[in-house]
Amino acid sequence: MAWTAAAQATPIDVSGYVAAEVRIFPAEAKFARQHENAFSPSMALQPEMRWKPDGENTLTIIAFGRVDADDSERTHWDIREANWLYNAGDWDLRIGLGKVFWGVAESRHLVDIINQSDLVESLDEEDKLGQPMANLNVITCIGTWSAFVLPYFRERTFAGSDGRPGLPLPFDENLATFESSDKERHVDYALRWQERLGDIDVGLSHFHGTGREPRLMPTLTPSGPVFAPHYDQIDQTGLDIQATLDAWLLKLEAIVRSGQGETLFAATAGFEYTLYQLFETTYDLGLIAEYHHDGRGSDAPFTVFNNDIMAGTRLALNDQDDTAVLMGAILDVETQTTLATIEFSTRLADGWKLEMEGRIFPYVANGSVESNSEREHTFELRVLRYF
Amino acid sequence: MRKLIFAALVAFVSSSPALAETPEQRGLAITKEAQKRSEGWVDSKVEMKMILENSQGEKSERNMRLRALELISDIDGDKSLTYFLSPADVQGTALLSFTHFTTPDDQWLFLPALKRVKRIASANKSGSFVGSEFAFEDLLAQEVPRFTYKYLRDEPCPTDEAKALSCFVIERFPTYENSGYTRQIGWTDKKEFLVRKLQYFDRKSEHSKTLHFAEYRAYQGKFWRAHKLVMENHQTAKKTTLSFSNFELNAKVDQTEFDPDALGRLR
Repeated sequence: MAWTAAAQATPIDVSGYVAAEVRIFPAEAKFARQHENAFSPSMALQPEMRWKPDGENTLTIIAFGRVDADDSERTHWDIREANWLYNAGDWDLRIGLGKVFWGVAESRHLVDIINQSDLVESLDEEDKLGQPMANLNVITCIGTWSAFVLPYFRERTFAGSDGRPGLPLPFDENLATFESSDKERHVDYALRWQERLGDIDVGLSHFHGTGREPRLMPTLTPSGPVFAPHYDQIDQTGLDIQATLDAWLLKLEAIVRSGQGETLFAATAGFEYTLYQLFETTYDLGLIAEYHHDGRGSDAPFTVFNNDIMAGTRLALNDQDDTAVLMGAILDVETQTTLATIEFSTRLADGWKLEMEGRIFPYVANGSVESNSEREHTFELRVLRYF
Repeated sequence: MRKLIFAALVAFVSSSPALAETPEQRGLAITKEAQKRSEGWVDSKVEMKMILENSQGEKSERNMRLRALELISDIDGDKSLTYFLSPADVQGTALLSFTHFTTPDDQWLFLPALKRVKRIASANKSGSFVGSEFAFEDLLAQEVPRFTYKYLRDEPCPTDEAKALSCFVIERFPTYENSGYTRQIGWTDKKEFLVRKLQYFDRKSEHSKTLHFAEYRAYQGKFWRAHKLVMENHQTAKKTTLSFSNFELNAKVDQTEFDPDALGRLR
């Protein structure tokens, strides 16, 4: 009864946002199966509920759903989080659907592996699906240790057959194959250690289980050729380091992965340097550069980051509305194929936010893997109402 | 006996410079006395409402929960944790700061949408804190070794609340790198050694801002806290007001809350 009384005394915190979005495709679609609407509207809702009955326990539920006018796969919903956290100070335990981020780089998240990417939401791999987990974190004098048991696998989402930006062949998740006979019920494990050594933050992690990146296998079906995803069993060791020196952030992420053909090595190294109060204004200008190397062979899932340079700027106006602009370009050193991105955000009023994003391909080399995307310039305009 | 020494010290610092004390020594002695009187709060919890007002009088509001951990050391200053409750789009964002005297401070930002803890450069001392008239350096712990001091004069305290009191007027000069100020002038009352007003002089040595401290109340009989801070920017005519509520000192805050790896479990 005391528990019930405590429950009544602690209100459930409800928050979240609803968003209206329009995506603009200025160029005609490359494939006949893709929709031809230059303006493609959608609505999204993310309700969040948190309940803290006492200082140790927290229950979190975050749902997400979108209704898209043109892409049936983009009309989707997910439970981003539904977990119970027990916080004992020196250690904590989280059980349920959760979300975890590892890493330091800006333009590619190599080390980050716990959650599956929701690519139908965004190609930047920063939208994630809720991952079933039991996660123990222990804070010690020799770093923080995190252990994960991941009992269920989430398949990667892609745009639908008629969706944009699209793949050269339609993606059919119903044809998914797995190396493990347990399929999505294979239990994965991960361990991470992170520590601060003065100005340097270090993280070392290992993952054993179903790789989050599928290989896309061209498969013939009665209705034509499609991509069928194949998920391998992998072992991946990751290292992430950031040195924070005055206005400089020096960053390194590296992975070694086995299980997809030859053992592969990939790394991202770069910096972020910030000019504060640019020309005696209140503006801060961050200069970002990252180099991507990925030595994977043809037996591994495809990546665009084989040998690429990213350069960008982050402008923060430091005004009342938190206005910020992030601009960048990723250049393939071998083919000179270039992707340019821009992100803008500002607060319109208390509880209202405006976001704009653009992804354009100023140059795509003939025959390069990106040639299928050459017309997939995308602009997004979004108004969010937080509650 | 301790009381006697204490009384002697107060008499010493508040007496006229008969002992051939330089203005620099006197300024430092007064500041050290103020610091010494404020020690021993261990840790604190408080809620802060920040109201930003532009020159047209348009207002916007932010709400934060602050935690601080007192460190009495020759190397490290206090630790502080700022957790954003509003605006709604930044709810759950947290900023953790460790201050140091001789090496640069450490700062981490928790971004709730990405669940990402990002260590950020602490070189940004003079930048605006969330668009307000407070710079980061204005809100960090005002530890004694972060400045050099110079006693200027005595005069009646400048705020309504303290107008019956006499104040020391002390000039101080930042010793840490990347400050946006050449100097500051503060009014410290002679009774409780509380700062009542602070003037800021920018890199061109122009009087750019004034901070007014009001609604001082004592906790546990000795730890005085201002509950209203008003920062006026004379160059832009903008104003930021901080209102504090639900102060708790010796609050037994779990020390692991100040661990960057624990920022993800705050919300």
